[in-house]
Amino acid sequence: MQTIWSITRRELNGFFDSLMAYIIIVVFLGLSGFFTWLSANNIFFSGQAQLFGFFGISYWTLFFFIPAITMRSLAEEKKTGTIELLATKPITELQIVLGKWMASWFLIIISLAPTLIYYITLMNLGNVDHGGIWGGYVALILISAVYVAIGVFASSITNNQIVAFILALFISFFFQLLFDVLAPVLPDVLSNLTAYLSFSSHFEIMSRGVFSLDNALYFVSVTMVGITLATASLKRRVWS
Amino acid sequence: MGITVQNLTKEYGAQRAVDDISFEVKTGDIVGFLGPNGAGKSTTMKIITCYLRPTSGTVHLDGYSIDEHPNEVRKRIGYLPENNPLYLEMSIVDYLAYSAELNQVPKSRIQGKIRDMIEMTGLTRERHKLIGELSKGYRQRVGLAQALIHDPDVLILDEPTTGLDPNQIIEIRSLIKEIGKEKTIMLSSHILQEVEATCDRIIIINQGKIAADSTTAELKRRASGAERIKVQIAGTGGSVGDALLGLPAVAAIDRDHDEKDEFWMVDAKPNQPAREQIFKLCVEKNWVLMQMTPVHTSLEDIFRQLTNKNG
Repeated sequence: MQTIWSITRRELNGFFDSLMAYIIIVVFLGLSGFFTWLSANNIFFSGQAQLFGFFGISYWTLFFFIPAITMRSLAEEKKTGTIELLATKPITELQIVLGKWMASWFLIIISLAPTLIYYITLMNLGNVDHGGIWGGYVALILISAVYVAIGVFASSITNNQIVAFILALFISFFFQLLFDVLAPVLPDVLSNLTAYLSFSSHFEIMSRGVFSLDNALYFVSVTMVGITLATASLKRRVWS
Repeated sequence: MGITVQNLTKEYGAQRAVDDISFEVKTGDIVGFLGPNGAGKSTTMKIITCYLRPTSGTVHLDGYSIDEHPNEVRKRIGYLPENNPLYLEMSIVDYLAYSAELNQVPKSRIQGKIRDMIEMTGLTRERHKLIGELSKGYRQRVGLAQALIHDPDVLILDEPTTGLDPNQIIEIRSLIKEIGKEKTIMLSSHILQEVEATCDRIIIINQGKIAADSTTAELKRRASGAERIKVQIAGTGGSVGDALLGLPAVAAIDRDHDEKDEFWMVDAKPNQPAREQIFKLCVEKNWVLMQMTPVHTSLEDIFRQLTNKNG
């Protein structure tokens, strides 16, 4: 655990030293703020004290942002050769992947934190659906966990950051939209599977404030698959 | 204990990078791993440090096998990979702290260790700089410091002086020698003088196989058996060459020249009084001997002999 935390801390420091963190925080806050409060379809338009607009836009913003955050994580180490130093330390590949994963995930959580101001503002505007808002936040955080795992995996199989970015986006797109689109046209068995794998239904349920273990389990297991694949792909070099 | 390598083979697809090599490095030795580029030096080192897995064969370090206890092996090794990869955006102190943490140095000792390493590698004045701001020589010191921070028994250095200027090379070499008083060191190089200057023992590897494995002194002795002499005779004509070659102690000659003069490179047969015979020949023929210099046959020749044989 100590080791994983060392890696995570170094990565996080790297995000803040390279301005990456500030850019993500500011742009994320700007985008979500604009669509929540200022755009044509804003919060006042809906006339309800809820944050559906904000969660909808965050859902898409994170989809694009996370691959940009994670593309560097392992690809850069592979490119510069520092992976060789890391892999020859008395640590496991899983620890490396977990450290990297946690750092990017924390960065997302840190970027989400300032948006709690919207929540506080909303509380002063009317009768807030607390469950819905907390559910929405939890859903965003869980979805981020999955996207970060996908991103770290994409970064683990190449030493080119652009390739990692596009690949992460491509895989994420299945969860984001394609599974939903595919579900009706596929044969029954596959259809059920793709419908289950799609984010949208799980996200919707949670942002309505319904927290089910089933849902949480879904996000956790997809994340674990991503982390396992990334670990396996790091280990592959040992055998090559 | 040290390092024991047994029948190590590594194949990349159809290519055999390391071909059934075995050797041993005893505790406290400084061993040079010498060979032309692509001979399999780095691959062997990557296997010992548990970065790659061998196709067959085993490596034991202090009794721990790389297959069964890779982390026990890694704990005992300080490794400086080829090209010395570093996180350029980190400061020296932060980077050393990170290395120490990953090597599981107890928290309370990390600060002290960093101070020791910085002092030992002469980085005191640069300590707060970012690694990216350092010159190549200083980066190499950071690489060494990172390899030493957890006080490993064994140090594995893959081409530790490539790309350094002559002064830096000498500094790094003396640093390695200093460290070698307490630790087992294995360093690779394709430069002979390097290995000659720092190592007690030399393993020459070529095309994945071990071509020679003996002490530096022993290899030198082998090399100095046959003498090479640079001879310059005034007004040399074609007859001189024939006459030189006619001497019983001369094995081969070669005509050569520098900017000013023409001269002969004479290879003597082992343990024969070649210089004496050349001198007598000149007296006899009334030639003016301008220069006769024994050229020190170095390990270089042995190295070239061994590595060209099957290439």
